[in-house]
Amino acid sequence: MAKKIDEAQVRHIAMLSRLKPSDDEVRLFSEQLSAIVEYIEKLNEVDTTDVEPTAHALPIHNVFREDVPTEPYGPDQALNNSPQRVGSFFGVPKVLDQDSGA
Amino acid sequence: MSTRDLETKPVIGLEIHVQLATRTKLFCGCPLEFGAEPNSRVCPVCLGMPGVLPVMNRTAFELAVRAATALHCDIARFTKWDRKSYYYPDLPKNYQISQYDLPFSSDGYFDVPVGETTKRVRILRVHLEEDAGKNLHDNPAVTLVDLNRTGTPLLEIVTQPDIESADEAYAFCTELQKLVTYLGVSEANMQMGHMRFEPNINVHITRDGVVYKTPIVEVKNLNSFRSVRGAVMYEIERQIQDWLADPTYTLENRGKENRGWNDTREITEFQRSKEEAHDYRYFPEPDLVPVEISEAWLAELQADIPELPLDRQQRLQDEVELSAADAATIVGDRATADLFEAAIAAGGHGITLGKQFISFWLRRAKERNTSIAGLGIDAERLGELSRLTADGTINATAAARIAEHMLDSADTPMAIAQREGLIQVKDVGQMQVWVDEAFAANAKAVQDAVSNPKKQQRARGFLTGQVMKLSAGQADPKIVGELIDKKLAELAAG
Ligand SMILES: [Zn+2]
Repeated sequence: MAKKIDEAQVRHIAMLSRLKPSDDEVRLFSEQLSAIVEYIEKLNEVDTTDVEPTAHALPIHNVFREDVPTEPYGPDQALNNSPQRVGSFFGVPKVLDQDSGA
Repeated sequence: MSTRDLETKPVIGLEIHVQLATRTKLFCGCPLEFGAEPNSRVCPVCLGMPGVLPVMNRTAFELAVRAATALHCDIARFTKWDRKSYYYPDLPKNYQISQYDLPFSSDGYFDVPVGETTKRVRILRVHLEEDAGKNLHDNPAVTLVDLNRTGTPLLEIVTQPDIESADEAYAFCTELQKLVTYLGVSEANMQMGHMRFEPNINVHITRDGVVYKTPIVEVKNLNSFRSVRGAVMYEIERQIQDWLADPTYTLENRGKENRGWNDTREITEFQRSKEEAHDYRYFPEPDLVPVEISEAWLAELQADIPELPLDRQQRLQDEVELSAADAATIVGDRATADLFEAAIAAGGHGITLGKQFISFWLRRAKERNTSIAGLGIDAERLGELSRLTADGTINATAAARIAEHMLDSADTPMAIAQREGLIQVKDVGQMQVWVDEAFAANAKAVQDAVSNPKKQQRARGFLTGQVMKLSAGQADPKIVGELIDKKLAELAAG
């Protein structure tokens, strides 16, 4: 039987995630991820004919906070665990393409 | 082959991000402040620390519903948020919380004045999402990241491709700015990046009865109205020329392309499309519960939507008989329009007030870098000045002088008029005295006015000026004109 998550899919997701797994890791993750998906597929055995689809697991909705400011971190606290700090900025490896996807 | 043999139809849609006017971010209480020290408005939630939980800002949601309602959208009774995955340092969670398949609103429209007509642009959807932070690329060795903006509430408005020209795109964007400021939904300050635009443009070209479509180009991240107009105008022409040069330059062959706007050179530039950039792997955000909108809540949110700019402009044209241009100018700033109507309610004279707003108050406001409302003159005094002008108590010149005094004193226009001796003299006997005096002192001008056809006009104007001078500006220019004409006629008849 074909694997649920084959090696090509693992490489694709790794590329999207900016990860570079070794060939051994790709094989391993393919097996592990496939096992996870197969396990979750057990849920398909449940008869859901009369169950309404839901967008969320919790039976609650409308949880809000009021628009009231809280005390933010200052740069020192925010940057405390940063591998590279440049002034008040996080320093990260040079990004070549300028536009974020947001 | 030249473009003259072609029929071309630009097809343009807009995707617009508008920053909502909340005090805090969308999912955490960090205050929003433009220009703050980098990374000084952040917390574990917007820094994307593990184990934190986002909680939706109620005001942000309510402002979003208000905007979508004004855009005539259907408001979904059930809405949820999704994770849009991508890896970029300005978004430390590695995903953006956005809305995918169940946006809170869809299927609306926006009527936009374009020249003398109104263009209806359909709205595909409006949804609520968070902004990313800022990356700075100035340093050659390292990219600098400021996360103050991360998590700022954004409204994303997506139109149908109903726009057909650069002018329509421009009008849509400026009218939208007016709308969101009216609603109090956004400050829509362009300098602070509160509105960002991404037009999608292509051209349907008909030649010999066959329709060819150019590739759809998305111009990324425009942040001024001018650049929207420039980019759309440039793209329409470029796409037609590129298709003429290479008939395989079509949507079928090329699909969609991204281009960036070069503001200095005023051209768009090709951007390599990231491979599989659209593989965002959307899935429901498990950390946020859905929102259900009850009829009662929706009614409450929709109840306090004010009269919209275009409706108000039409009403001022009808009720006060302002020209379309003057009405649009006054309505452009909500506080100014409110002041205008308050001044009329306080007894002001509509048309005169309109003239004074445009010709005097607006000019003074611009000099001071503010709006008319920002001049701080109350409605009662503005109304009174227009009334005194309209009923002839003061003339137009005197009104301008009084207005000048009103800028730096709290006195009423009437008090200023009396103090400065600017009440218009309506006593015809007194005016006749001034006319006689002016004629006696200016025999040459009188002679020209009576018998020199070449100089007649100027001489008459000169005499009117002399009378006004004698009256210290208080004579009614209309009556003075009549008296002068009568006297000149008598002299001519000899
Ligand atoms: Zn925060």
